[in-house]
Amino acid sequence: METPKPQKISPKKTPIPEQPPQERRRNFGEVALGYSEEQAAQEAGRCLQCKKPLCVTGCPVGVPIPRFISAVRQKDFKRAIETIKEANLLPAVCGRVCPQENQCEKFCTLAKKFDPVAIGRLERFVADWDRSQGSVQVPETAASTGKRVAIVGSGPSGLTCAYDLAKLGHNVTIYEALHEAGGVLVYGIPEFRLPKAIVAREIELLKRMGVTIVTNAVIGKLITIEEIRQQFDACYIATGAGLPRFMNIPGENLNGVYSANEFLTRINLMRAYQFPEYDTPVKQGSHIVVVGGGNVAMDSARTALRLGAEEVSLVYRRSLAELPARKEEVHHALEEGINMELCSNPVRILGGDNGHVTAVECVRMDLCELDDSGRKKPKPIEGSEFQVKADVVIIAVGTGANPLIAQSERNLTVTKHKYIVADEETGKTSLRGVYAGGDIVTGSATVISAMGAGRKAAAAIHEFVLHDSQLPAKSADEPPARKK
Amino acid sequence: MALIKEKRLLRAPDVFYFRIEAPLISKKARPGQFVIVRLHDKGERIPLSLADIDADGGTISLIVMAVGKTTAEFTAMQPGQDVLDLCGPLGNPTEIEKAGKVVLVGGGFGTAPLYPIAKAFKNAGSEVVTVMGARSKDLLIYEKEMLSVCDRVLVATDDGSKGIKGLVTNALKAELEQAPADLVIAIGPVVMMRAVAETTRPLGTKTVVSLNPIMVDGTGMCGGCRVTVGGETRFACTDGPEFDGHLVDWDVLMNRQRKYIPEQKHSFEQWKTKHAGVVCE
Repeated sequence: METPKPQKISPKKTPIPEQPPQERRRNFGEVALGYSEEQAAQEAGRCLQCKKPLCVTGCPVGVPIPRFISAVRQKDFKRAIETIKEANLLPAVCGRVCPQENQCEKFCTLAKKFDPVAIGRLERFVADWDRSQGSVQVPETAASTGKRVAIVGSGPSGLTCAYDLAKLGHNVTIYEALHEAGGVLVYGIPEFRLPKAIVAREIELLKRMGVTIVTNAVIGKLITIEEIRQQFDACYIATGAGLPRFMNIPGENLNGVYSANEFLTRINLMRAYQFPEYDTPVKQGSHIVVVGGGNVAMDSARTALRLGAEEVSLVYRRSLAELPARKEEVHHALEEGINMELCSNPVRILGGDNGHVTAVECVRMDLCELDDSGRKKPKPIEGSEFQVKADVVIIAVGTGANPLIAQSERNLTVTKHKYIVADEETGKTSLRGVYAGGDIVTGSATVISAMGAGRKAAAAIHEFVLHDSQLPAKSADEPPARKK
Repeated sequence: MALIKEKRLLRAPDVFYFRIEAPLISKKARPGQFVIVRLHDKGERIPLSLADIDADGGTISLIVMAVGKTTAEFTAMQPGQDVLDLCGPLGNPTEIEKAGKVVLVGGGFGTAPLYPIAKAFKNAGSEVVTVMGARSKDLLIYEKEMLSVCDRVLVATDDGSKGIKGLVTNALKAELEQAPADLVIAIGPVVMMRAVAETTRPLGTKTVVSLNPIMVDGTGMCGGCRVTVGGETRFACTDGPEFDGHLVDWDVLMNRQRKYIPEQKHSFEQWKTKHAGVVCE
């Protein structure tokens, strides 16, 4: 497909219109407002249409990036969305939450000299254009295979796997522990970064493709993996890494101290920001301390600000350059006035007579030495202790594996930290017909890598149910001996 | 959606018995476990202990006392209506084994979740004695049920209107002095469970308590229900709800139970003004 070469490439990405920081810091509306058709076409014009597109190698689900960008440039948005959907069920989500700077955009040829092409913004534009066209087009599904597949967890990995399997004609049932489907997309990522309506629409689409979603179903408690194996031809476990970690420092169980998971769940899933219209409360606080430097820490800090906090401080033990959060989120957080206490680490949480948190005592960290991984190793500086006033503290230092499935299914091989052991390419576990992927295998990672795992598992499950699943399910939990 | 099959007033004016259709949960639930309930789409998720399990009839029973907005809304519901979300069974079941002599201590409507536990211990061949207490005779619940499955039921009331005059711990102490127990299980208000643990500590009797801290998801995801046990942070939903009463840090637990009192009051008051007279039929 020939596209005219641009006259001169702009060194900068086409800016995306945003809500001004002073306004958005007090509302839950989306920060970025999205490209217009003109802006999208202009940005698409910066793409070099490389013969060997390196950007695609950086995408965990292999979106045909140059092809969809070429369509955007020609303002053929219908073709653009069809091209993306060949590989990605959730472009409206990924365009918003993927860390593009570490993925597709990192490999963009332009990035050697200039800003990379704004691939994420273009993906988002195309997905939003599609949504603006009104009725959802339900993707065609193959004739029914009569095979039944159970998916445990309705987060990005489970949804992707379900989508691919449904398209291939399998009968898919998703089990979700909470009362609403979507996993981290609904309980974790806040509205200002990912509107819930987008997630709801994708889930509606799956239902219309014939996927059954069962909520309030805690697998390992209500139904065991063994029972699923008896009732289904295969199973994909994508329960995420939802067990919040704490720091084990004094004062962590004072009132007003939350895990980021709890704080965000109360607000996003339970809508505590609309208390008392909604029944779930949350401590709002005027001085908030968030501990951690990832996307979840940024989400917590910026959510607390939107609830009306006077001051929100983020305590992170390394420097600005090492913050693991998506660059855009750090930029937005700084613009909104989040105070960064960098090279600092909490040593204890102080409380008042009423059992409620009053301050966090931190120590400054020295970042001179390098650790084995080449990262700067933070070392506490003696005598540098200082206190940050706080009435709410949010701990966002990561999550571990949820133990419920491993506890109930002893034959499933897990690591010593309770992550499920699964083949990287297929998601195959130690149990025949049982696959796993996403954070429950890798530990906390990104939405898109979880989707990548869901896609690979769907391909493997497709092969399995069509060729291998006839063997008695309980005959052996080794890979089947029979050749395909 | 889960259908309310039966409702009855257990103790005037505000404690109700509910039997709810839950075919799958009832088959999996074991004594000591709990469910999470959300009544409507603006509702909160609250944990409730199982007061009975009927696998054949496909139902579970819950005892609800109108202490706040959500529980008041629940007690205003009628048979034929649906609870929007019912999730379970959650938590670990009570470890049931033939244990010689088991003493169950129930305070307030904590006696209700002890009922399936009593049945199970009795079926396992243990001697089961229940000590139940309340401020006065009219506030006792589940006495008849307990009598039907226990070897003996001892009652303590603050005003002496039934059984011995005094606290459950007085009755417990007397019982243990007479003949030691192999296991004590206490369910009820935190102050009562703490007093039971302090009563049995000098005797060295193994004492299990069932903790019911504030929860959101009930599946280990939020950590809101964390308790300190043996100096370590544990989650009541996935590590509990039962813990060794002698190792629980009761001060931390009591403090955390108070966390949302202002919000709970506000929400309840607002609801009461709007729905004056709806509670309790």
